[in-house]
Amino acid sequence: MNFYAIRAIYLFELARTWRTLLQSIATPVISTSLYFVVFGSAIGARMEAMHGIPYGAFIIPGLIMMALLTESISNASFGIYMPRYSGTIYEVLSAPVSYVEIVIGYVGAAATKSLVLGVIILVTARLFVDYEIQHPLMMALFLVLTAVTFCLFGFIIGIWADGWEKLQIVPALIVTPLAFLGGSFYSIEMLPPLWQKVTLFNPVVYLISGFRWSFYGVSDISVGVSLAMILGFLGACLLAVWWIFKTGYRLKN
Amino acid sequence: MQPVIAIEQLTKTYASGHPALKRIDLEIHKGEIFALLGPNGAGKTTLISIICGIVNPGGGRVLVDGHDIVQDYRAARSKIGLVPQELFNEGFESVWATVRFSRGLFGKAPDDLFLENLLRDLSLWDKRNARILELSGGMKRRVMIAKALSHEPSILFLDEPTAGVDVELRRDMWEMVRGLRERGVTIILTTHYIEEAEEMADRIGVISRGEIILVEDKDVLMHKLGKKQLTLHLQRPLAEIPAELASYPLELTDAGNQLVFTFDAQHEDTGIAELLRRLAAHGIDFKDLQSSQSSLEEIFVNLVHGR
Repeated sequence: MNFYAIRAIYLFELARTWRTLLQSIATPVISTSLYFVVFGSAIGARMEAMHGIPYGAFIIPGLIMMALLTESISNASFGIYMPRYSGTIYEVLSAPVSYVEIVIGYVGAAATKSLVLGVIILVTARLFVDYEIQHPLMMALFLVLTAVTFCLFGFIIGIWADGWEKLQIVPALIVTPLAFLGGSFYSIEMLPPLWQKVTLFNPVVYLISGFRWSFYGVSDISVGVSLAMILGFLGACLLAVWWIFKTGYRLKN
Repeated sequence: MQPVIAIEQLTKTYASGHPALKRIDLEIHKGEIFALLGPNGAGKTTLISIICGIVNPGGGRVLVDGHDIVQDYRAARSKIGLVPQELFNEGFESVWATVRFSRGLFGKAPDDLFLENLLRDLSLWDKRNARILELSGGMKRRVMIAKALSHEPSILFLDEPTAGVDVELRRDMWEMVRGLRERGVTIILTTHYIEEAEEMADRIGVISRGEIILVEDKDVLMHKLGKKQLTLHLQRPLAEIPAELASYPLELTDAGNQLVFTFDAQHEDTGIAELLRRLAAHGIDFKDLQSSQSSLEEIFVNLVHGR
C-alpha cells in the first residue's frame, strides 16, 4: 500500500476545500438552513404532524440527506474532473499508485468533506427546530454509507463527464428531483396508492426513510430494506469504478 | 550492460484506428542522454506515455530497470520522473504544495530539506508560496521539472522540454540535464530543436510514422550520414554548368554566383583538387570558398523525407 500517496491525494483535496470554504461549506449550510427557517419554523407550525412528529422536526433527516447527496456528488465529481480537465491527471496516472489507493484518496477526501458538512447542518438545525436522535449509531452509519456511496457515484460522473455541462446534468436533472420526490417533505403514505408504488423505484426514498428512522424510530420502509438498498448501490458503484480502472475508460486512452 | 529501459515489439493503435506505434524495439542505456527525434504525430509522446503508464499499451512489453510496466508497475513507475510537453498545473495551488504533493504521490516520505534544495536549484525558492497561475510560462515549466524530480527518479523523461522557452531558460535546462546525468540519472528527451539533440545527446533515435527508423551514437550518426559541401563564390556568374563537368555533383545557386560541390568526407580522394584544376581550365575563377558539414537537422530532414 502506498500510504504516502493516499495521504498526499487526501490532504491535497481537503486543502482545496479549506481554500474555498465559503463555497464548499457555507453555501450548502446556509441554503439548507433556509429550509429549516421557512418550512420548519415558519410554515411548519401550521402543518399537521407526520407519524406523530412535528413537521419541522420531520423534514430534518430528509433535508440533511438532500444536502449530503448533492454535495457528495458535486465534491467528488469536481475533485476528479478538475485534474482531467486541467491535464494534471497525468501525474496521478504515472505514479506508483494502485486504483484502490487513488479512489481512497479522492473519494475519502470528498466523503470527509460531506460528513463534516452533514454534521454542521445537523447542529445548525438545532438552532431552529427541536429534534431527537433515537439511534445515534445507526444515524452515523447511514451518514457514512451515504457519503461514501454518493462520493463514489460522483467520482464515476467526474470520469464519465467530458465537459462542464455533463458534470452538472446528473446532479441537476436526476439527483435533485429524486431527492425532492424522495420523501424529504412528506410521508409516502400521503401519496395516492399508484404513486406509492412508483416512488419505490426512487432509491433516495430508502435513504431518507432509513435515516429518518434513526432519528424518530418511524419509517415508511423497514430499516433493513433501506440498509440493503444503500449497500446494493454502494456495490454497484464499486463495480463501476473497478470497470473504469480495468479498462482505462476515459483515463488511459 | 543491461538496458535501463527495454522496449520489445511495442504496438499501440488508438480507438480511432490510428496506428500510433508499430512494433517498436528500443533499448535505453543506463546513465545516457537519449534524444528521440521525429516530426509531429510520429509517436514520440505516445511512446513516452506508455512507458510512464498514462496510456495503455497495445501489444509487446516494456521493462524499466528489469520491472514490467504492467505487472510490476509500482517498481517501474517509482523510478521515473516525467516532464510532459504541455504546461499542466493546478493553477490555484502554491508551488510548495504542488511539489510536496508530487513527492507523496510517488510514495516518498516528506523531505522538506530535499525539496527546498530542489526549488533553490531551479530558482523557484523565492516563488514557493506563489500560486502557480501567477507565474510566467518559464517559471511554470520549472515547476513541472521540480514536480518530476521531487521523488528523486533515476530516469527522467523530458517531452519537448524547451518548446516555447526563452534562451536563458533553455541554457539553464541544458545545464540541469548535464548535472543530472553526472549524478547517474538516465535522460530521455524528445525535441523539435535538433540543435538541442546535437548539443546534449549521447545517442539519437529517429521515429517516423510509429516506427523507429534509426538509433545511433550521435557522433557516429553525424560522421556516417554527414555530407560535406564546398561552396565557391564565383567572380562572374555562370549561366549553366559546363557539359564537361556534368559528371560532378555540382549545383548552381545564388543566380549563378555560387557553385556548390557535395562530396563524401570519408572518401580518401574527395575530388576537390581535380575539380579546382578543371574549373581553372574552363576559366571559371572564384573569389572565395568555404566548406561546411551538414548539421544534424539536415541529416534528420533527409532521413524522414527520404522514406
